[in-house]
Amino acid sequence: MATTALKRTPLYAAHVAAGAKLVPFAGWEMPVSYEGVRQEHVAVRTSCGVFDVSHMGEIETSGPGALDLLQRLLSNDVSKMPVGGAQYSVLCREDGGILDDLFTYRLADDRYLTVTNAANHEKDFAWFADHAGDFDAEVSDAIDRYAMLAVQGPNARGIVAGLASAELPERMHTAVMDVAGAETLVCGTGYTGEDGVELLPPADAATSIWDALLAAGAVPAGLGARDTLRLEVCFHLYGNDMDEQRNPIEAGLGWCCKEATGFIGSDGVAAARESGAEQKLAPFVLTAAGIPRQGNAIVSRDSEVGVVTSGTLSPCMDVGIGMGYVAAELTEPGTELEIDVRGKRRPARIESKPLYRKESE
Amino acid sequence: MADESYPEGLRYHPEHDWARIEGDEATFGITWYAQDALGEVVFYEPPEVGSETIKDQAYAEVESVKAVSDVYAPLSGEITAVNDAVSDSPELVNEDPYGDGWLVRVKLTNPSEVDDLLDVTAYRKLLEDE
Repeated sequence: MATTALKRTPLYAAHVAAGAKLVPFAGWEMPVSYEGVRQEHVAVRTSCGVFDVSHMGEIETSGPGALDLLQRLLSNDVSKMPVGGAQYSVLCREDGGILDDLFTYRLADDRYLTVTNAANHEKDFAWFADHAGDFDAEVSDAIDRYAMLAVQGPNARGIVAGLASAELPERMHTAVMDVAGAETLVCGTGYTGEDGVELLPPADAATSIWDALLAAGAVPAGLGARDTLRLEVCFHLYGNDMDEQRNPIEAGLGWCCKEATGFIGSDGVAAARESGAEQKLAPFVLTAAGIPRQGNAIVSRDSEVGVVTSGTLSPCMDVGIGMGYVAAELTEPGTELEIDVRGKRRPARIESKPLYRKESE
Repeated sequence: MADESYPEGLRYHPEHDWARIEGDEATFGITWYAQDALGEVVFYEPPEVGSETIKDQAYAEVESVKAVSDVYAPLSGEITAVNDAVSDSPELVNEDPYGDGWLVRVKLTNPSEVDDLLDVTAYRKLLEDE
């Protein structure tokens, strides 16, 4: 066990009050669940859940050279993002290995905010700072400035709209407004496959916003439900489904890589795109009982052809689901495979993304 | 979920398993503490009737959405019955860990092992120290 003290978000006391089960996560003491993962998962799919994701980091990039710096660091074409826009990208090493996956919001002409994964924040900030010297831009670590709450589900926008001083931004857009009386960056983004917003208020306003959301009917949801929700819709989790040893082409993230911008790692990504990946990340379901877990071998005709990177029981479909890296020729939807779950072979089938679809769709 | 409880008449294993001993037979399950630590149980596959349990060794697994937990045998024996209701409704382990959430019934092969198990007072003491 690490002896360093776990960090706590501004909502720690609110979690304790809500009966959270708290666990260490990426150096933070975070709620894994309150009433139960399945109930919280269903609340997000049918109504509205609120997640404290204040452990995620923020990096602000500003100045006349901010766009050029970000264009060099981020895989996507940052110049395509308007003021008030949002964009997903990956951060790559020189060889194209993935350092992190990130959402970036354009706050003003020459001011951007990039949200990092908690476990990568320090590494990412150092990477930004190391490269900033070549540009007329300033990067600052904004992790202590913001809390972050994800409000997700079919009723999420209605609940937040009732507390907001202006119209909420559309999906993949962002705007600043008062929420429950505090100036908040509101973003039309999320990690659940549901409609909703992510709120970035100042840290000292987090509790009043949390309380107002709960009073308006949002259900506290923990990291357990966040993981099952994202896996049902096949969103990647850094550290599970990708890491520095994987490039974006293998990870199925070629869509957010625009090599023509010349970002760091673009040569490696271009080469991987040209040659094609040997293994690709693919979603699957178990076709009989069992729950796949990270690290389980993926087997075809008695030989190992891949590895599970994320696995769980889908609360909505009540079957084992997962994603894993599989030999590229075996990633066609419908391909039958087996997952070796601690010595028991469980039949599985490759599916297309997302694994969970709303019935109305 | 059930309220926290540790019945008087049971014997306990430090890995948070219980045994209800009736002559040379016993019923096994996991304690309230174990199911609370695990969270909602969503998957359980019973072992085969006729297979052996060996004291202190895992004889089954219970799984929550997040985690897999080994279930340790408090005593050695041969499994004479398994609780299929728990495979159909794994949440029985959370709702009634000492009743409908029982896991297996065994014929003991070494009844003297019972002396190694904890009574409720000793088990509660162990929980306080965890």
